[in-house]
Amino acid sequence: MSDATIDPVTQPAPKRSSLHQTDARTRKRNAAEKRFKAYGICAIAVGIFFLVVLAVSIIRSGLPAFTQTVVSVEFTMTQDQFDAAEGELFKTKAYSAFFNNALVETLKEKGLEVESDAKAFERILGKTGGTLREFYRANPDELGKEVDFELSASSRVDGYMNGRLTRDNMEDSRFLEAADLDIVDAMITAGIIKETFNWNFITGADSGVDNPGGAGIGASVVGSFFMMLVVLCLSLPIGVAASIYLEEFAPQNKFTDLIEVNISNLAAVPSIVFGILGLAVFIQFMHLPQSAPLVGGLVLTLMTLPTIIISTRASLKAVPPSIRDAALGLGASRMQAVFHHVLPLAMPGILTGTIIGLAQALGETAPLLLIGMVGFVARGYPEGFISGFTDPNSAMPAQIYTWAARADVGFYEKAWGGIIILLIFLLTMNILAVILRRRFERRW
Amino acid sequence: MSVKLTASALAIAAVAATSAAARDQVQVAGSSTVLPYASIVAEAFGENTDFPTPVVESGGSSAGLKRFCQGVGTEHTDVANASRKIREKEIKACAENGVTEIIEVRIGYDGIVFASQKDGPAYTAFTQSDIFNALAPKVMVDGELVDNPHTKWSDFNADLPAEDILAFIPGTKHGTREVFEEKVVAAGCEATGAMAAMIAGGMSEDDAEDACLEVMADGRAVDIDGDYTETLASIDANANGIGVFGLAFYENNTDKLKVATMAGVAPSTESIATGEYPVSRPLFFYVKKAHIGVIPGLKEYAQFFISDELAGPDGPLAQYGLVSDPALAETQVNVEAEGAMMN
Repeated sequence: MSDATIDPVTQPAPKRSSLHQTDARTRKRNAAEKRFKAYGICAIAVGIFFLVVLAVSIIRSGLPAFTQTVVSVEFTMTQDQFDAAEGELFKTKAYSAFFNNALVETLKEKGLEVESDAKAFERILGKTGGTLREFYRANPDELGKEVDFELSASSRVDGYMNGRLTRDNMEDSRFLEAADLDIVDAMITAGIIKETFNWNFITGADSGVDNPGGAGIGASVVGSFFMMLVVLCLSLPIGVAASIYLEEFAPQNKFTDLIEVNISNLAAVPSIVFGILGLAVFIQFMHLPQSAPLVGGLVLTLMTLPTIIISTRASLKAVPPSIRDAALGLGASRMQAVFHHVLPLAMPGILTGTIIGLAQALGETAPLLLIGMVGFVARGYPEGFISGFTDPNSAMPAQIYTWAARADVGFYEKAWGGIIILLIFLLTMNILAVILRRRFERRW
Repeated sequence: MSVKLTASALAIAAVAATSAAARDQVQVAGSSTVLPYASIVAEAFGENTDFPTPVVESGGSSAGLKRFCQGVGTEHTDVANASRKIREKEIKACAENGVTEIIEVRIGYDGIVFASQKDGPAYTAFTQSDIFNALAPKVMVDGELVDNPHTKWSDFNADLPAEDILAFIPGTKHGTREVFEEKVVAAGCEATGAMAAMIAGGMSEDDAEDACLEVMADGRAVDIDGDYTETLASIDANANGIGVFGLAFYENNTDKLKVATMAGVAPSTESIATGEYPVSRPLFFYVKKAHIGVIPGLKEYAQFFISDELAGPDGPLAQYGLVSDPALAETQVNVEAEGAMMN
C-alpha cells in the first residue's frame, strides 16, 4: 500500500470558490465568449457594409437609365413628305430631316435666336427616324395632322441633363460641340427639352450602338421569361421524378451510387461547359434555331437539373419515415404512400429548391454567349406564344453584358439600370421562396 | 398538374415545330471591331425594310470566320465580320466544309490609336520604333542586338516620360492584333535596324520577319482578350499604362482618354482616309453565297450595308467613326453581281 505513504497534508487543498466571485478560468472563458460575439458582429458589419456599398453604387449608376431627355415638338407630316421619305433607300434619315426642319421652325416661332445649322440638330437629337416611320406607317390617318411627339435627345445631351457631361469636361467632337449646348440651354428654357421617365427602357428592345436613347430591356425580359418557362416545364418534372425514384424506389447498389456521384459532380460543372454542349448538340446536331430562348432554356435546364434533384432529395429525406410506415401499415402501396403523403409534405422544400434553381438560371450569362443570345438582338416582342420560344431574343443578363461592352457611356448607364431590374426579379423570386417555406413548412 | 402537363406538351411541340422551320433573319458573327457598325446597319435595316432585324454576335474575327466556315445550312451563320482579310487556310477550311463561294465585302477603314489616361503621364507622341523598343524581346542598343534592357519609356527616348513600360494590347484572337504587329511592331523592327541585325546574325528572312512580330511575355505587354471596354478599365486602373483602341472607341471616350500621335500624325478620320496615319486597317464582312435566296434579306442586308447612304462619308457609319472606303462603288458593283472570291 505505497499510496498510503503519501502525506495528505502536502496535497493542495481543493479550491473553494464562491459563485459570486468569478475565478480566473471563468473570466477567461467569458472573455473568449465576448470576443467571439464581437467577431461575429464584425463579420456581419463587414457584410452589411459591402452590401450597402454595392446597393448604393448600383442605384447611383443605374438610376439615370430610368430617366430620359426628350425633345417635344408638334410635328406635321404631309402626304408628299411621307411619299418622298418612303421613296428613299435610307428612309428613316429622311424622316429625321423633316423632323429637324420642323424643330427649327418651332424654335423660330418661339423667338429663339439659334443658328439653324442642320448638323447641330443632328447632334442634339437622338435617332428619331425609326420612331417616326413606325408611327406614320401604323397610323396613315395622322398624315397632314399635327401630332405631339416626344423623341429622345442624343446621349451627350442626356449626359448634359443628368450632370455626367458638363461644359468643363466636354470636348468638341463630331458628337457634340460647345456651341450646341447654347442651343440646348435655350431649348430647356423654352420647355422643348425636358426629362421624363423612360418607359421605353422598361418596355423597349435593344438598339444600335449610336442610339443609346432608344435601348430598352423589355424584349430581353420576355426572352428570359420564355427561357424560364422552358426550364420550369422541363427541369421540375424531370428533376422531381428522378429524385423520387432515386430516393424512394431505386435499389441501393453500385449503379445508383454512380448516378448519385455524377449528379453531385454535374452540379459543380461550370456553366460555360453547358453552353458548348448546347451549341454542339442543340444547334449543330439537332438544328434548333440560333439565339432562341428555346435553346437557352434547354441549356439552362441541364444546368438547373442537378440543383433541383439535390434539393428535392433533401426535402424527401426530411419527411420522417414514420409517415411512410403509417401509410404502408394502413395498406397503401408504395406509390400511394409517396404521392399521397410524402410528396405533399416535401413540396415546400421542392418548390424552394426549384425557385432558387430558376433564380440561378435567370442570372446566368456564360452559356448564352455560345448559343448566340449575346450580341445585337434587336427584335421586338415575339408575335405569338410559339414564336416566343423560337424567335431570336436576348436574355436579361446577356443584354446587360452586351451594353456594358459598348463605347457610348449612355449604354453603361443602361447596363446598370438593367442590373437593377434583374435584381428586382431575383429578389422577388427569393422572397417568394422564403414565403413558401414559411407558409407550408412543417416541423417534426 | 394538368397545367404543368399542358405546358410541357407545348414545350415539346415547340421543339418539334422549329426543327423543321427555316430561319427568317440574317445571322452575323465575328469581329468586335465591326460589331458596332454591323449593329447600326442591322437596326437601320430592320427599321427601313420589311425584313426582320438581323442578329449580330461578336467574339472576334477568327472565331466568327471559324463558325462561318462550319458549313452550309440554316444552322450556320450567314455573314462573318472580320477586322482583317480572310486567311488562305480559313478559305481552305471553308471549302472542306462545303462553303466554297464567299463574297468579300470591304466596308471601310478603321484607325488604331494609342491612348492613355487623360490625366496620366504625358504619352503624347510615339513612333513605331518606340513601341518596338518598349515591347520587343530583342532590341538594338548601340548598334548591337541585345535582350531588351529597357524598363522605362525614357530609357530609349528622352522625350517620353520616365514611367514603367506597360501596354494593353489586343489578344491574339482579335484581328486588331495582326495590324498592331505588322504596322507597329514589325515597322519598328525594321526602322530600328533590328531586322537587318537579325538577318546579319544568320537568321533567314522569314524567321527574322516572324521574330520581329514578337512581344515580351514578362507582363509589360498585357493581352486583352475582351473588347475595348476591358482595355479602358485597365487604363483606368493603371495610370502608367497605354492601351490600343479603335479610333471610334477613343472618340466616344475623349473625357477619359488622351490619344498619342503616331510618327507625328494625329489620328483622325481625315488622316486615315488620306493614308497619312500609318496604323489603319480595312474592315470586312464575308457573305456565304449559298445562303443568298435561302435566308430572306441576306443580299439586301449586304447591299444596304455598303450603300452610299450608310457607308458613305456622310452616313451614320462614318458619323460613328468608320473611315469611308474611297472604292465603295466597286464593292457595290461586286455585291450586286454576287461576285465570289477567287480561290
